[in-house]
Amino acid sequence: MATLELHGLRKSFGATAVLHGIDLAMPSGEMLVIVGASGCGKSTLLRLVAGLERPSAGRIVLDGRDITSLDPAQRDIAMVFQNYALYPHMTVFDNMAYGLRIRGLSRDEIRRRVEQTGALLGIDALLARKPRQLSGGQRQRVAMGRAIVREPALFLFDEPLSNLDAKLRVQMRAEIRRLQRRLGVTSLYVTHDQTEAMTLGDRLLVMNQGRPAQLATPMEVFERPADLFVAGFIGAPAMNLLPARLARNGGAAAIEDGPLMAFPDGRRPGPDGRRLIVGIRPEHLLAGAGGFDLIVELVEPLGSETLVHGRTAPERDLIVVKLPGPPPADTILSVRPDPAHLHVFDADTGQRLDPSSGQPALRPP
Amino acid sequence: MSATALTADDIVVARERPDWLAHGILSLGVLLFAFPLWLALAGSTQDSDAIRRGDLSLLPGPDGVATYAHVLVHGSMGAAPVWHMLLISAGMALVIAAGKIVVSLLSAFAVVFFRFPFRRTAFWAIFITLMLPVEVRIIPTYAVMARFGLINTFTGLTVPLIASATATLLFRQVFAAIPDELVEAARMDGAGPLRFLRDILLPVSAANLAALFVILFVYGWNQYLWPLLVATNPRLDPVVIGIVQMIGVEAETDWAGVMAASVLALLPPVLVVVLMQRWFVAGLTEGEK
Repeated sequence: MATLELHGLRKSFGATAVLHGIDLAMPSGEMLVIVGASGCGKSTLLRLVAGLERPSAGRIVLDGRDITSLDPAQRDIAMVFQNYALYPHMTVFDNMAYGLRIRGLSRDEIRRRVEQTGALLGIDALLARKPRQLSGGQRQRVAMGRAIVREPALFLFDEPLSNLDAKLRVQMRAEIRRLQRRLGVTSLYVTHDQTEAMTLGDRLLVMNQGRPAQLATPMEVFERPADLFVAGFIGAPAMNLLPARLARNGGAAAIEDGPLMAFPDGRRPGPDGRRLIVGIRPEHLLAGAGGFDLIVELVEPLGSETLVHGRTAPERDLIVVKLPGPPPADTILSVRPDPAHLHVFDADTGQRLDPSSGQPALRPP
Repeated sequence: MSATALTADDIVVARERPDWLAHGILSLGVLLFAFPLWLALAGSTQDSDAIRRGDLSLLPGPDGVATYAHVLVHGSMGAAPVWHMLLISAGMALVIAAGKIVVSLLSAFAVVFFRFPFRRTAFWAIFITLMLPVEVRIIPTYAVMARFGLINTFTGLTVPLIASATATLLFRQVFAAIPDELVEAARMDGAGPLRFLRDILLPVSAANLAALFVILFVYGWNQYLWPLLVATNPRLDPVVIGIVQMIGVEAETDWAGVMAASVLALLPPVLVVVLMQRWFVAGLTEGEK
């Protein structure tokens, strides 16, 4: 149980800046998921916290102690690696006990801790095996066991589920969440999988090219993406992003080749004609007249719902609609956006535009 | 389903019909290598005078055990007893193999896992010694050994043969293939460099270590030129040189003894290869990770 603070953390490899200053404060017991496309610096951030890389600038404070210049072993941090990184020549027991032996714990204490952790993870029957005799899911459990048995102040997870098959991934995801809650250890979890990010995190840190794009709860990231990158990255299928212009004294958006959408939650700042991007999630396009008439290009039935890909005109951007129920038979589909779920962004800066001050916040909870 | 069964049958049929050409060539090769060996084995059991007359029979004679016992304990024609030469050879091969492994293990460890100034330079300096085996630098090496007063010593016999890059290169490849995450996991667990070397690196590369030991032991055992030069005292003759010493004047050579000594000289490297091979093949095929 510990708090973690990052202050202006930067990292450059030679002339290439990978992290442009990350500030973060995690309360004790929080599970924070760092999510972003590959190359966004999320793994580098994790490695800085682990001590496997040294930051170019900034400080890392764990439970009030500045650990920026400490060796990984002195930081009281345990890490779960993507490829498990189990010691191939050691048994499961020895894999888990190795760090404890180095720390000079007594033989009885080591045995007690390893057996307890093994029981917690359901691998107590495998303690005498070598890693090569284990399945992928079992190796994953051992890798987690090696971290848990240390009873560290902070867990780091580096895409720990990406080597598992889809079914196992769902199962382990739930298990990691359950364990983390139960143990109450502050955790940083890096992934590129947005489903993992949404389901695991108390909060998400969405990263874009070495910069924090948004730091918020998963639902807030989903419902109020801070910029165009977050809007396009979180949510599957991705949000439709349509060019538009501000109209009616900031009270509506005129979508190009589409309807004029009034904002139910308040005026956006700026002069009429200001260039906007309006984001509408596929599930917030409802069947009905008064919006877009889509020429249907592709229909993907998912069972309980259907994805329809279409365009308003041949040269226009693709619009994706998620409709409940079986696929529609028409080749032209009329849909209208749900005005309560509009996301408005400045087309030039990409930043979210919220109603001007004094206006009520977007949809009260 | 039936199609796969058919191909499986085809393979069985192909296996049942031997490839006579390949078998012929292989048998010829085996014969070519085995014949001199057999000749030495057969010769060592026969009367030396008969061999000198050219009457070397392909069948073993009656004197086997006595000849072996004699060369082993007493030597032949004034040369040192073979047991002593075998001892020198074994000591030399072991020290060279062990020394080379230690030196190159540590240098490869430094080159792969540490970032230090002139790391590349250091690696290339080691690499260049590949092109400078003892045979090439034999005169300066002899001069250095002479200055140190190491002529006719066991140290002088072994140390110059230890320093070379072959094993360093091999270990460098083995270490470079070890996943970074394994190294990082050890760091997170609190293992310092030497502990990492002992607890993780050595066990993980044990199979390569065994293979290398076999190669280097045979290399050390077969050394001829350097011992010939640096050890003029017969007490320091390894068996490879001792055999040559036993071949005195043509007419007086105890050929049965020489052949017995040759057979004895063959046994230890064969033993090492056979024993270690089982071990390192097991290590290689079990497949770690």
